[in-house]
Amino acid sequence: MTQSELPVLTKKDFESDQDVRWCPGCGDYAILAQTQKAMPTFGVAKEKIVFISGIGCSGRLPYYMNTYGFHTIHGRAATIATGLKAARPDLMVWVITGDGDALSIGGNHLIHAMRRNVDMKMIMFNNRIYGLTKGQASPTSPMGKKTKSTPLGTIETPIIPLNLVAAAEASFIARSVDTHSEHLQEMMHRAGEHSGAAFLEVLQNCNIFNDGAWRDFTDKSVKEDRMLVLKHGEPMIYGAEKNKGIRLNGLRPEVVTIGENGVSVADLWVHDETDPDATRTQILSRMWWPDFPVPVGVFRRVPRPTHDQLLVEQIDGAKAARAAKGPVDLQKLLASGETWTVE
Amino acid sequence: MTTPNSGAQHGSVTELDRVTIRFAGDSGDGMQLTGSQFTATTALFGNDVSTLPDYPAEIRAPAGSLPGVSGFQISFSSGDIHTPGDRPDVLVAMNPAALKVNLGDLVPGGAIIVNTDAFNEINLRKAGFAEDPLKNQSLQGFNLYEIPMSTMVAGVCEGLGLSSKQVELSKNFFALGVMFWLYERSMAGTEKWIAEKFAGKDAIAEANRRALHAGYAFGETTEIFHTHYRVAAAHLPPGTYRNITGNEATALGFVMASKLAERDLFLASYPITPASDILHQLSSYKHLGIKTVQSEDEIAAIGAAVGAAYGGAMGMTTTSGPGMALKAEMLGLAVMVELPLVVVDVQRAGPSTGMPTKTEQGDLLMSMFGRNSDSPIPVIAPATPAECFTMAIEAWRIALHHMTPVVFLSDAFLATGAEPWSIPNVADLPSIKVENAPASDKPGFRPYQRDPETLARPWAVPGTPGLEHRIGGLEKLDELGTVSYDPDNHHRMNLLRAEKVARVARDIPPTEIYGDATGDLLILGWGSTYGAIRSAVERLQSRGKRVSHAHLRHLNPLPNDLGAMLKNFKHVLMPELNAGQLRMLIRAKYLVDAVGFNLVRGKPFQIGEIEAKAESILGESVEAAK
Repeated sequence: MTQSELPVLTKKDFESDQDVRWCPGCGDYAILAQTQKAMPTFGVAKEKIVFISGIGCSGRLPYYMNTYGFHTIHGRAATIATGLKAARPDLMVWVITGDGDALSIGGNHLIHAMRRNVDMKMIMFNNRIYGLTKGQASPTSPMGKKTKSTPLGTIETPIIPLNLVAAAEASFIARSVDTHSEHLQEMMHRAGEHSGAAFLEVLQNCNIFNDGAWRDFTDKSVKEDRMLVLKHGEPMIYGAEKNKGIRLNGLRPEVVTIGENGVSVADLWVHDETDPDATRTQILSRMWWPDFPVPVGVFRRVPRPTHDQLLVEQIDGAKAARAAKGPVDLQKLLASGETWTVE
Repeated sequence: MTTPNSGAQHGSVTELDRVTIRFAGDSGDGMQLTGSQFTATTALFGNDVSTLPDYPAEIRAPAGSLPGVSGFQISFSSGDIHTPGDRPDVLVAMNPAALKVNLGDLVPGGAIIVNTDAFNEINLRKAGFAEDPLKNQSLQGFNLYEIPMSTMVAGVCEGLGLSSKQVELSKNFFALGVMFWLYERSMAGTEKWIAEKFAGKDAIAEANRRALHAGYAFGETTEIFHTHYRVAAAHLPPGTYRNITGNEATALGFVMASKLAERDLFLASYPITPASDILHQLSSYKHLGIKTVQSEDEIAAIGAAVGAAYGGAMGMTTTSGPGMALKAEMLGLAVMVELPLVVVDVQRAGPSTGMPTKTEQGDLLMSMFGRNSDSPIPVIAPATPAECFTMAIEAWRIALHHMTPVVFLSDAFLATGAEPWSIPNVADLPSIKVENAPASDKPGFRPYQRDPETLARPWAVPGTPGLEHRIGGLEKLDELGTVSYDPDNHHRMNLLRAEKVARVARDIPPTEIYGDATGDLLILGWGSTYGAIRSAVERLQSRGKRVSHAHLRHLNPLPNDLGAMLKNFKHVLMPELNAGQLRMLIRAKYLVDAVGFNLVRGKPFQIGEIEAKAESILGESVEAAK
């Protein structure tokens, strides 16, 4: 069946028969819904889509997708996705992970999947807490966060996930929010469309163990003034009045008001997703409320050959070079080096 | 064992049945190269050969120091041999440290060939010699041949425009030339090798060639050696042979398994001694369509292998003990999701980092049980370097037909040791092909519906329409494969996983017994101890002892005929290079009072050690009967 002959699928086609078992009110429901909704937009047959997850609340997502799914072990989903995609370049591979799964126990694999540009779409649910183990600090918990395992507050500086993956050469970097459905849907779609390692951070609320983790800037009443929606090729403007912006002074971002102190739109930082240098991606990733609006959207999208493409290219090249010398003979391969015959 | 001065004289040529030589020098002296060149030439000549490389883990330990000594032992014979020899008849010592480290192993009256130029005050001090052993009487019990190798090589390399340091590097070829003359070997193979290896570096190639010839000429023309030696070609079974190490045979076995299964091979590995050569070799087979990934760590390596297996490829990983420890959790996942997978553990001396280049059989129980909960995995072990080829195919046969991870236990001795290999005819090797689950247009695919015979579940690979399903590490509902916390279901699934592995024993060959099926003593072994045990049993049998040998290739499940076999002997002796790991399993399963013989020195057993242990058991038995 060619892509054009595919039956038109809907969100319903991607819902499995399993009861969803997250806590009522969990942000994961919203992410699941957008994931199911995004799938028909790629024109990829259902059987060609694979969801791989690690351990944590996010890890349950594959059970709810009516695709191929593999709920693996803690932190290692990226490794399994690497092998699967290398063996089967024809598949569309999604990795579902969380802040503990990807950044703590799976930190090493995250870095290497990104630098290899494994063609996987990784969605990291970031709720800044360990939910499945009932409320311990995670690598993204803010300094001083009091949890069951840190009763006097954590004494560890949190990881900035997008800064980390930018340093690891991720070719697609984006951020969205669980409750911002339309934006999340768009980010899912764009991650899915990207060829190469895509990393999408979804700021997700855990209403049981870390309720309101992102409320300060994601809440409907304040988000216009406290978040910056990135748009490729457009100046960075935000605010309910659309009068605030970001100006880049050397490598230092500044919040400015349009029309004040002689600042015009022309002075603002124009977002370029395709900037080959990740320096500005990292500057953006470090912008955080209350010093800055929190950016969401596609931070970075650069073309780079994927791991499976390069692997297949090497194999095809080696096969062609070998074919020029005649067909491969395994009998000869076994007898390589010096041989002798006993009569 | 025959020593060079005990054979029958034929003018200036002495005929010998078997000779064991050890080349020893600084780790920068090229002893592994010298040994492997001598081995290649000797194998090509038609002798049966067996080798034991013995090198330090440090790439360059301090020059002249005792820890920096690198050795290569080769035994070659006109008869059938199984081991690299207990003790060398000839020691080539390139410096005082090499002499010091190896002298204790040399047979009484054996020959020592030394590079006298290296016996200077500094080197003697580094080796801990209070006085020069060449000048006092300490080597009186041996035949000492003193050759100023460095000086002679410098002489023949004059005018090549090389620095004295570069010239000095050729001295191992001088030593090789001497040995080629001494044992009537041709220099042609090594000359060809030099030409290829140093193509474009004419001066270095020429220096090595001149050194080789100078060594040969030295043997021929000086009167230092009263005789030279002839070890006739062995009467090996008809066939085409090549020399092969265990790691080479393992890699080729996996290539062949892929061909016989008509399925893509995927290897992900993290570099680790002594397993890395399998990764290197398979990585060079891109033209065969083999995909390899050097992973970021041991866990990622097995993770990628599991991912490839999930995708329908023959996913595998290679490692050694410390890496094996890291792979435990992912192996457990492979058990739970019942995917085929092969994990190679080239065992080395432990615990922890242990002695990375030295051999041991310490990972059996880890392979069997080193995972959380009951987590059965088939475990197999090749017995000789060449057998790694057939056992690599066997690993995949089991993995594919029983939908299970399989552990392939090699060890450092097998991996780096070499022997002649009768190259099989590819067309004669049986298929190990299995089919993927077919596409379906009916709803309700059951990913855990088992084959009634093997209990294997279907291999439903992504991309197959109609089989969309979810698997994972959570317990599965029988047949349906959905998540289940039902107590009785968990119990049933645990039994099913165990029974599935137990049924592997249904299609493994009967256990071969060397010797009578009944007797006073059965020596039961596994893995690389094969050669030493077989040689010891041959000697004991030749003296009329009622001793037999059985060697296990399948360690989990154990062969169904083993229990009855054990009961036909008065005593069972189990030599292992560990504290008695297989013995623990055998005693537990068969309630047989097997006696252990356990040494962990990082070295293979010597034939004589096993022989003596067997004799002591037989002797005690005679005493008790009186």
